[in-house]
Amino acid sequence: MPKNKTVYENCDILIIGGGMAGTGAVFEARHWGRDLKIVCVEKANIDRSGAVAQGLYAINCYMGMQWNENQPEDHVRYARNDLMGLVREDLGYDMARHVDSTVHMFDEWGLPMMRNKETGRYQREGKWQIMIHGESYKPIVAEAAKKSADKIYNRVMITHLLMDENEENRVGGAVGFNMRTGNYHVFKAKAVIVSAGGASHIFKPRAVGEGMGRTWYAPWSNGSAYALPIAVGAKMTQMENRIVLCRFKDGYGPVGAYFLHLKTYTQNANGENYEKKWYEQTKKLVGEYIDHHPTPTCLRNHAFIQEVMSGGGPIHMVTKEAFQDPHLETVGWENFLGMTVGQAVVWASQNIDPKYQNPELTTSEPYVMGSHATCSGAWVSGPEDLSPEEYFWGYNRMTTVDGLFGAGDTVGGSAHKFSSGSFTEGRLAAKAAVKYIKDHKAESINISDSQCENFREVIYKPLENYQVGRNEITAGTVSPSYILPIQGLQRLQKIMDEYVGGISFNYMTNENTLKKGLELLEWLQEDLENVGAEDYHQLMRAWELKHRTLTSQCVTEHTLFRKETRWPGYYYRGDHMKLDDENWHCLTVSRRDPKTGKFTMEKMPVYHIINEEKEAS
Amino acid sequence: MSTFVYMTRCDGCGHCVDICPSDIMHIDETIRRAVNIEPNFCWECYSCVKACPQNAIDVRGYADFAPMGHSVRVLREEEKGTISWKIKFRNGTVKNFVSPITTKPWGKHIPKLSEVEKPNQGEINSQILYSEPEGLNTKKELPTIDKNSFKKGVYY
Repeated sequence: MPKNKTVYENCDILIIGGGMAGTGAVFEARHWGRDLKIVCVEKANIDRSGAVAQGLYAINCYMGMQWNENQPEDHVRYARNDLMGLVREDLGYDMARHVDSTVHMFDEWGLPMMRNKETGRYQREGKWQIMIHGESYKPIVAEAAKKSADKIYNRVMITHLLMDENEENRVGGAVGFNMRTGNYHVFKAKAVIVSAGGASHIFKPRAVGEGMGRTWYAPWSNGSAYALPIAVGAKMTQMENRIVLCRFKDGYGPVGAYFLHLKTYTQNANGENYEKKWYEQTKKLVGEYIDHHPTPTCLRNHAFIQEVMSGGGPIHMVTKEAFQDPHLETVGWENFLGMTVGQAVVWASQNIDPKYQNPELTTSEPYVMGSHATCSGAWVSGPEDLSPEEYFWGYNRMTTVDGLFGAGDTVGGSAHKFSSGSFTEGRLAAKAAVKYIKDHKAESINISDSQCENFREVIYKPLENYQVGRNEITAGTVSPSYILPIQGLQRLQKIMDEYVGGISFNYMTNENTLKKGLELLEWLQEDLENVGAEDYHQLMRAWELKHRTLTSQCVTEHTLFRKETRWPGYYYRGDHMKLDDENWHCLTVSRRDPKTGKFTMEKMPVYHIINEEKEAS
Repeated sequence: MSTFVYMTRCDGCGHCVDICPSDIMHIDETIRRAVNIEPNFCWECYSCVKACPQNAIDVRGYADFAPMGHSVRVLREEEKGTISWKIKFRNGTVKNFVSPITTKPWGKHIPKLSEVEKPNQGEINSQILYSEPEGLNTKKELPTIDKNSFKKGVYY
């Protein structure tokens, strides 16, 4: 086993993950904590990391309060409606009331915002979205973080959180390794903000072989947002609420600008509006939710899936009309070039010019995240002035582990944050973390050398597994002693796909398959003790896989617990096909006991803090 | 698609290695040039393509669904503040696009918060964030809701 140097860092606030939420956290932490040591640790390079690495063509969450376009309560109604009634309205309202100040800063910093030529306001794509030329969105916010941080560690993957040995249930830092040098990194911190990525690649993707990386969400989003808090016993919520995206086929190019700005629309192979066909059937499943405006994302997916299953595919986006306008044609292409270049490549390779041919759509494999039209993540405290007592325990965005905060994909219940809302949530978490330290809540944290040494051994074990096992065989990838990260990943994807509601089964699952899935996941967990890594890069893949697997177990437990189909189009419980407001108009919360590895589940109440009137249109 | 590197253009400078979000651009020790070591973990984000000073990195559509003969090339000019794209279809159709990437000189207008005015005493206990409430441009205080108006939470 190679001798790896240990690098110690003592800081006040440690921010894990330098994406949109993490850069927001680093930035804001400096304002409130002038004398604090603020350190950010990033798995890649903060200039191009996270979901926004390749850019964005729209900011999907902007109120426009200055022009009275929307108010925070309107956004709560919108997100609640889209998630079929179940969100943390306190968190959503809190994010929405601050998000405009975030966007105004981005404008000030040089992010090119498109403007409406007549009104001079930001150019609306839809009710909530504004259009940007965002190729350099990430480098711009990274610069803000770099100016605020004491230090940013690039290429260090955090594998575990450190826990205080003086006080139970209090965080004390994190450990990980540098995938280039192999060094072991120990970060001791008074408060930790997890702002890592959600989870792609836990369900089998539609793309195969070389194209496997063409998932909708970034392949480097490996569920650390969830695995880190789950592993230390933080409570999680709505983890069953995975998301399926309706996107352009193969490239997963976004459809938002097409629907909202270009006014393109979908039809089946016969040129029919198929959504109407499935209205009555959907109404039987979800009741009046199908009459809500706008139609919840999952229910639009549902009609798509039903239409394809009944032989009406392929489904097309009708672009031929809009693309006759040269300006709209440019918008349509630049929309991809600014955030999903791969779709432009697919169209170029297949001679698909949307001016002359309506491109095909598809529904993606499921993803787990907390920032999009879905709200999986940690169960966190809300702000003092907005949160009912069940939702408040002292510090905004603090998980149920003392000193451990979340933002972005990590935080559950606050859907429809997107890039700007995630950055805003990072800011909220950072301010609360500073207050936590100033309130002397982080005194006399004790992290023993033995805790650090134990993790060191655990982290590098896959290298040792490989080194020892490799000598048993002549060559190749087949070993009786270890599995490689890619082999374990494909096993995970197959389990989740077949037993937990992936594409191969048209998102269908039930109690029996979920229980079988849990059994297979348990064996995979055991086998991951024997994952073998050839080098530090593969060591990173091994730990990504471990984080994905822990996330998947939590997703499966939650899916088993909720005995209804709340979001048809995201997944189906075949044994409970109907939405059941009488028994399940609540949030699901889990906790994994760090000692036994067993999950316990409970229901938590939904507070509708915003009334129904003036439903978002 | 996945990235690949042209042998005659790459000088092994490592800019792509430094930037790749997926850690898959590595320097091959034998040829001393960059190589994509794991194409199936490439998101075709073009970060490496944009970063390459030699324009040595290109992309070929994923073999499992993209027919050959296409290309999508990019030139990101930081000092000009623009990004230019050239799309070539398999059938020869060509499309060009240019977009701005920033409206300000790089980083000049991003504040260093350790040097701006400190928050007022007690503001740490308020709900406002940096630049608020002024930064909301509403000429109003930060919105809130009266907790007394809450209905009891719904469990079932």
